[in-house]
Amino acid sequence: MDDMVTLLEPLIPPLRRYARALMRDRAAADDLVQDCLELAISRWHQRREGSDARSWTFAILHNLAISRMRQSKRRGVHVPLDDLQQEVVAQAPDQDQGLRQHDVMKALDALPEEQKNVLLLVSVEDLSYAEAARVLDIPIGTVMSRLARARERLRHIMEPGAQGGGEAGQVLPFRQRRVK
Amino acid sequence: MKGPHTPIGEDDLQAYVDGRIAQDRFALVETYLDEQPEVRARLERERRQVEVLREQLRAKFEEPVPARLRVSSIRAGRRRRSRGWMRAAAAAVLIFALGCGSGWVLGRGAPIALPAARLAAADAVSQGAMAAYRTYVVEVAHPVEVGAEHEKHLMTWLSKRLGRPLEAPDLSAFGYALMGGRLLPARRGAAAQLMYENAGGERLTLYVQASDGTQTAFRFFRDGDASTLAWLDQGFGFAVTAPLARNALLPIAEAVYHAFEPAGSASGNG
Repeated sequence: MDDMVTLLEPLIPPLRRYARALMRDRAAADDLVQDCLELAISRWHQRREGSDARSWTFAILHNLAISRMRQSKRRGVHVPLDDLQQEVVAQAPDQDQGLRQHDVMKALDALPEEQKNVLLLVSVEDLSYAEAARVLDIPIGTVMSRLARARERLRHIMEPGAQGGGEAGQVLPFRQRRVK
Repeated sequence: MKGPHTPIGEDDLQAYVDGRIAQDRFALVETYLDEQPEVRARLERERRQVEVLREQLRAKFEEPVPARLRVSSIRAGRRRRSRGWMRAAAAAVLIFALGCGSGWVLGRGAPIALPAARLAAADAVSQGAMAAYRTYVVEVAHPVEVGAEHEKHLMTWLSKRLGRPLEAPDLSAFGYALMGGRLLPARRGAAAQLMYENAGGERLTLYVQASDGTQTAFRFFRDGDASTLAWLDQGFGFAVTAPLARNALLPIAEAVYHAFEPAGSASGNG
């Protein structure tokens, strides 16, 4: 039983980080993590012995996040305060410093949900491609192609001059984010 | 996985950015990138983006985990829900101990045995509760912000704002029915007030706010015709305020204590 504590406890900071990057609203993100942990604890015995606790728990979080986002879509778009503040502090692009931090976060918000998930799980959470595929319940090839598209899109958003720029100079506002 | 002779593909490049490329492919990709400096530059930029992204999210990772997200407290909450009766028994013992006269409920003398800080926190809760009681109980037009007819919505909202599952205790045994509630400003975040009324039009309030201190016994305050019993438990302060004598208020506070303690039951599935 207490492998549960030893396995789950170290996952909490990564789960919060992932939730925060997805939700962008502090309280909503922690609510999501709490719900995820409640579920993980109540279903712990259903977990296959020796299976990977990290992918299993992230999958729970991911599924909760999806249903939460669908709900909030139905209720209309909610712009968390964090984003509003970011909008206010955003400055004119600075040529020398193309990779300013809030630009990256804004660019992340401009990614389609499915690309954002893959990028976060692989690049930030360090899940293997196979683990990310398990979490998202998609084939590994899809993980690779979404990852490539996510990075390409980030690059276009962040580098106005890059080829195929199009809408790229400007970060798409939060509200125009395509969610499929 | 690919052997050393398969042509370079996008997945090789992604693995390169992630620093996960298989050893037998590494030299091959390096050679390819030597021939394609633009691609190399692109991958470098992508790698740098990833670093910035990680850096940006690091603060969240390093932030201390709040108590409500610890495995131990979530498990404790589940246990509490499944064994509510044990809590009730423990509460009964606590109340009994109070009745035996530690001076908490009975006397107005300086309470003993608890650190000053916790007492101050309990006092702050009573004061907040009393001020809110005085403000809203006399209100004719808008005593509550959300009425009892929307109880579910009200409690979901208040639970969310306070960061703790809350359910309105049933006080019908004492002749009080829920009128509704409201959100109030408090020193630490928000406070919630629930208002009840009996057939005689007498009103009673429950007040909840985040507070320092883990646990105290009940503290009794009297201000004019109104009495308050306040206590702290697991990071929250609770107070019951009504125009009642201490002895009449005590069983109500006891019932509220019981109701709030297994309170996680609102969202419980265990």
